[in-house]
Amino acid sequence: MATLPTTAEILLKDFGPRPAYPALDPLYGQTPDKLVKTHCCFCGVQCGIQLKVKNNQVIGFEPWEEFPVNKGKLCPKGIKRYVQNNHPDRLLHPLIRGEHGFVETSWDKAYERTTTAIQEIQSKYGKDAFAFLGGASMTNEKAYLNGKFARIALGTANIDYNGRLCMVSAGAANKMAFGVDRAANPWSDIPLAKALILAGTNIGECFPILTDYIWRARDNGAKIIVIDPRITPIGRTADLILPVKPGRDSALANGILHALIKEDLLDRDFIARHTTGFDKVEELVENYTPEKVEEISGVSRKSIYRAAEIWGEAPTAMLLHARGIEHHTKGVENVLSYINIVLGTGKIGRPGCGYGTITGQGNGQGGREHGQRCNQLPGGRDINHPGHRQEVSEYWGIPEAELPGQGLTACEIIDAIEAGKIKGLLSISFNPLVSIPDSNRTKKALDKLEFLGCIDFFLSETAQHADVVLAGSLQEEDEGTVTNGEGRCIRLKQSITPPGNAKVDWQIICDLGKRLGKEKYFDFKNPGEIFTELTGISANAPVDYSGMSYERLEKEMGLFWPCPSPNHPGTPRLFEGGKFFHPDQKAKFFGYEYRAPAEDVDADYPLFFTTGRVVSQYLSGTQTRRIGELVDQYPEPLCEIHPLMAAKLGVKDKMPVRVITRRGEMVVPAQVVTTIRPDTVFVPYHWAGKKAANQLTNRALDPISKIPEFKVCACRVEKV
Amino acid sequence: MSATQFFIDASRCIGCKACVQACGECETHRGMPMIHLEEMDRGSTVQTAPVVCMHCEDPTCAKVCPADAIKQDALGVVHTASKPRCVACSNCVLACPFGVPKMPGKFELMMKCDMCYDRTSVGKKPMCATVCPSGALYFGDESYIAEFRREVPVNTFSFGKQIVKTKVFMMAAPLTPRINVDMAVLCGFQNEKAEAIGFHHQDMAEESVWNDLPFRKPAREKEVVS
Ligand code: SF4
Ligand code: SF4
Repeated sequence: MATLPTTAEILLKDFGPRPAYPALDPLYGQTPDKLVKTHCCFCGVQCGIQLKVKNNQVIGFEPWEEFPVNKGKLCPKGIKRYVQNNHPDRLLHPLIRGEHGFVETSWDKAYERTTTAIQEIQSKYGKDAFAFLGGASMTNEKAYLNGKFARIALGTANIDYNGRLCMVSAGAANKMAFGVDRAANPWSDIPLAKALILAGTNIGECFPILTDYIWRARDNGAKIIVIDPRITPIGRTADLILPVKPGRDSALANGILHALIKEDLLDRDFIARHTTGFDKVEELVENYTPEKVEEISGVSRKSIYRAAEIWGEAPTAMLLHARGIEHHTKGVENVLSYINIVLGTGKIGRPGCGYGTITGQGNGQGGREHGQRCNQLPGGRDINHPGHRQEVSEYWGIPEAELPGQGLTACEIIDAIEAGKIKGLLSISFNPLVSIPDSNRTKKALDKLEFLGCIDFFLSETAQHADVVLAGSLQEEDEGTVTNGEGRCIRLKQSITPPGNAKVDWQIICDLGKRLGKEKYFDFKNPGEIFTELTGISANAPVDYSGMSYERLEKEMGLFWPCPSPNHPGTPRLFEGGKFFHPDQKAKFFGYEYRAPAEDVDADYPLFFTTGRVVSQYLSGTQTRRIGELVDQYPEPLCEIHPLMAAKLGVKDKMPVRVITRRGEMVVPAQVVTTIRPDTVFVPYHWAGKKAANQLTNRALDPISKIPEFKVCACRVEKV
Repeated sequence: MSATQFFIDASRCIGCKACVQACGECETHRGMPMIHLEEMDRGSTVQTAPVVCMHCEDPTCAKVCPADAIKQDALGVVHTASKPRCVACSNCVLACPFGVPKMPGKFELMMKCDMCYDRTSVGKKPMCATVCPSGALYFGDESYIAEFRREVPVNTFSFGKQIVKTKVFMMAAPLTPRINVDMAVLCGFQNEKAEAIGFHHQDMAEESVWNDLPFRKPAREKEVVS
């Protein structure tokens, strides 16, 4: 029973999202009691920032110039992040669904209601009928705890996280090619590169701080190649733009490799000594002549050759990519095809030479390492690997037979709810109603749940449908660690304690674990104890944190894993000396024929529809749609459309257009710009309800990583 | 020229508005950013440009002020009009060649960027240049700019016959001695005609200017290891 408990208007009045302005806060501008050195919560850069605290409230910020990653730099989200604190929409008590909306309740009643629902559903339909969804904006400690809670307290196989919507295709590809899932280089390598390929990554808006690293590379003489169907701020001054047609990335990568081979720009020695599988790939890309690739991808053959020359001739080079090539039903294939370019030229494992996926979420890297994924156990272990299962069961002190197996991924969990197979869901820091493609279907699925519990600090659009809402904690209200996009684990300090009756998230999870009869597994007194267990269990595992401690992380301003002992300096750069993480220490080539996206354009739906972010908003907007000045910077979604297409449709700038796909439609103001391919329209995805881009997107999944195809589907645009 | 200076390079700007959001946090003009972030023409480009007060050596705003309300301090920083003197005539707003001062209706006072006097006077950087993620706003050692940037700092501008020297520098194409803001640009004069009147617009630098740059940056490699 998960329809709305009351009208949308009442929910809006009581819980927002309402944009807050700091100037209205009486404490604003007063002298703080203390400055807390911690980090931003809004992306995988994890900028260092000092929060001003007074009377147990965060009242402002001060740059933290000593933190080496951002040296005081911040984007608008980081600057205004403090406004989420002391917010009128903040959940201060647990809520329970009543006849006429949500009512405040005691923790005891909220827990009771939750555990009863879990037990009833599981005894009636089986353990796996209750699912858990976590998130990658949470600390490593919470990611670890979520996995342990689902496996031991719920005994369900069905735990997954919102990182499934984020970069899992890159993670899977990295493991296949390199045997490990982590960016290969520290970002300090970027300025040392003489050529950069930025594929499907809107760095200026989604990872703003890296801009300075990229520009420093250019100051140093680097040539910059940007691959994107839009000219984004990082592309504006690029040396070469490859305006790829959405969904054609693997063909383009094959074409660039083809050109590298023809121009004799490969490092044959590196290939022979440090890789396997190149022959097959060489044979495969023989067919991908730049002429043919021009046909498929819309990128001119001249540009393809030029890209190969720039990359191949540069003494050092780095390739960075993000969701633009990852959010596809062939996400893994796209990433592996780009990795082939890096491996084929031996540009990895040296200063200024390497590769990385740009992980978007606050803890996008750490959130995917410690066991909150359906196919993974702590330490980046594989849930299907008998040895890994044994190690984890022993550490936890449970029989291996009781450790659930691989479960469903995030989108599949929503599908299974829709199909009536999963009846109960506990979700933390995840807003599937806004973030999962095809939101009309997501809504129907939520309606079918017998029980929905949400742990959150604001009432997200998903939590509006809940039976119980457990008031959890904002990042600044708890402590712990996160691992940023370059693989550097850093320390988050607690600035304040949760307001009102709210609790820190890990306490809520532990309380539920205890009430489900598993006291001894959840007897943690603070996040430090969870971290000690997390690092301990990671010893000798693929993702090894065992040499880390809070003290070291603070003193050394973060540590890169693997860090296998207390005196190990950490590993900023992977693969030095051509040593990869597969048992034979070699990297693997994987080649793929180009295949079309799940839904390609046709006569009825002739335009590509693609989605992404804007700089002032974060993910599903649960936090950033509540921060007034960020809302004002980009108040609502706009549909970027090229003037040629706009003229054809008779549409002018700011006029509303109707964008229609096979799954839904939305009316949105046009932003007529020459910075997008004429055959493509773009709408950012941070908004809910009628403004949600995910009403239109296609929930078709990559067969390996199960990432959905956010970045391409077919649409029609009409003048309203 | 003292070692620590303010440099603006619009070619690096990504339009993120971190500068605007951070400026609005200042204790002295809370909620009201003084920096402007100009969109050039969103229809055709994502180019944006940050505009701070250029802190002219001989400030036009002060010269046209009938109430003598605009003061320059010993460091060359030109301040917001003094409240008791300003008569809100808007002469300064109209006269500033860079379009900097604003006259917010509710205050009836000319307000503008004072290069974060509260911060710079105690040895900190201005807020916008501290947070700017792209280096479009840079406050720091002149020698860093000389060593690491391809562009050159320029602080002489000509607006028709008026030559303006400023405390703040703009980064321009190599070999640019002075930035001429000229009607020739607006009237679409190009190349030969522009050359004839001594026009060197940033976008008009020959490509060879960039390609032939000597990249003398080995020191860089040390700097970035963190
Ligand atoms: S959102 Fe990312 S880039 Fe912006 S301040 Fe936060 S961590 Fe830094
Ligand atoms: S902070 Fe820097 S990059 Fe962002 S808009 Fe301002 S000047 Fe441009």
